Amino acid sequence: MDPTLLRTPLFDWHVAQGARMVDFAGWAMPVQYTSIIEEHTATRNAVAITDISHMGRLRFEGPGAAVFLAELLTRRVADMELGQIRYSLVTNDRGGILDDVLVGYYHDSYGQPFYVVVVNASNRQKIVDWIHAHLPQERAEIPGREVIFTDLSRLWAMFAIQGPKSVDVLQPLMNVDLQWMRYYRGTRVQLLHPGAQRQGGIISRTGYTGEDGFELSVGTEIAPAIWQAIIEQGKPLGLVPCGLGARDTLRLEAGMPLYGHELSEKIQPFEAGLGFACHLVGYDFPGRDALLQIQKAPLRRVRVGLEMCGQRVPRQGYPILLDGQQVGEVTSGTFSPTLKKPIAMGFVAPEAAKPGIELKVDLRGRAEPAHVLELPFYQRDRRRV
Amino acid sequence: MSLDPKSLKYTTTHEWIYLEDGPGGAKTATVGVSDFAIQALTDLVHVELPEVGRKLQVGKPLGEVESVKAVSDLYSPVDGEVIAVNQALILPDPKTKSVNFDVLTDDPYGTGWLVKIRVTGGQSELLDYETYKKQCEELE
Repeated sequence: MDPTLLRTPLFDWHVAQGARMVDFAGWAMPVQYTSIIEEHTATRNAVAITDISHMGRLRFEGPGAAVFLAELLTRRVADMELGQIRYSLVTNDRGGILDDVLVGYYHDSYGQPFYVVVVNASNRQKIVDWIHAHLPQERAEIPGREVIFTDLSRLWAMFAIQGPKSVDVLQPLMNVDLQWMRYYRGTRVQLLHPGAQRQGGIISRTGYTGEDGFELSVGTEIAPAIWQAIIEQGKPLGLVPCGLGARDTLRLEAGMPLYGHELSEKIQPFEAGLGFACHLVGYDFPGRDALLQIQKAPLRRVRVGLEMCGQRVPRQGYPILLDGQQVGEVTSGTFSPTLKKPIAMGFVAPEAAKPGIELKVDLRGRAEPAHVLELPFYQRDRRRV
Repeated sequence: MSLDPKSLKYTTTHEWIYLEDGPGGAKTATVGVSDFAIQALTDLVHVELPEVGRKLQVGKPLGEVESVKAVSDLYSPVDGEVIAVNQALILPDPKTKSVNFDVLTDDPYGTGWLVKIRVTGGQSELLDYETYKKQCEELE
């Protein structure tokens, strides 16, 4: 393993478990412990825990924080209630996607409110630079509108606990009632475990799997003890550790976009199906004017889901054909452990995007039939959450 | 019955090959994928194999092994013609309607063989077990 790669507080644990470690955005991360399909299936049927400490966590506080974020993110921020979380984009001046993020509004143990913006590991430096460019010292220090920006990424670990049994696993370790926490809500929490050394954390009902579940942030120094406590608590319920390989198949089944695949600076939010994350009236953020123009024009292409008729798996970059003509390109593909079929997401011309339409994917020189499916490929029973 | 991996020859691209005398003086090659490669792939979802009768060229793709994460080409270690294909890797299980790749993961040197080839010409440079093992250890 490349010794220059960054390590999460769980690095030694992953290696001791025999996980296959890979370079993920400059971090040494476990891609799988046993089998991607097993880890995927455990998440759908029971519960699994994933180390996502490589994600960037950026904290904003001070009286000017809300307005600063409202003028940075595509989604409304100023009207968020404490405990609320929203999915948002960061766009450049041309409306291209710099990153997709979650913004959450919390308060600390002294009652001081703050925002946390969770960014992709691969985009952390780019977004930090973008923030500094839009938050020069004179902007950050305007009396009465101060903004304090801190990069917490190396100070906090973050775990995703995902699956229908995630409440059962986590509840004994938390002083808040998880069962009634709503989706896309979060809160500061006391950890009821001696290993927490009376420290708190932040828990949110969010995830990247399409399953019910939570994401938990704790200080790096207590992270191994809390991870171990969750593993012990979860074992009788079928909990397994889950690597980034299954995290990818899970998010693909859930139809969730991934930066570098369905999202990039060349892709506009509307064609990616993320118009809901763009609030174009109100605060002026970079790219807003461009997006107002783009919104008036017809879509150039549309993000779609594809299901293959055969067994070969489409991969990123493979051409999508309609009547022998290329109409688009695959952005992500995998074998779906739930549907037991190869699935993919990609962008196609609008006339090729209707559900049920028969397309072909050029799989290394052989065009094989596929049809367009409405996303997501998989949806959990959401009667409860 | 499984072959002894120590008695087999290997390509640098992780195919194993077992040569025996066939009918009419031509050699028959049984080709499979090494245990090392199968362990490294994990989560197999598809094996693409040539049809019987197809002419193969040494060093050219004969099929592919696909896992959840990636696809890898299989290369023919000899010039020849396909005389048999392992149906267990192609035909779906009537109950589950999907192919069960356990034969490949559990018994790569026996019931997990891929193809039998009637050798008509040259063969690629083959490694013995010890040399192949050393190559794999360097990859670890």
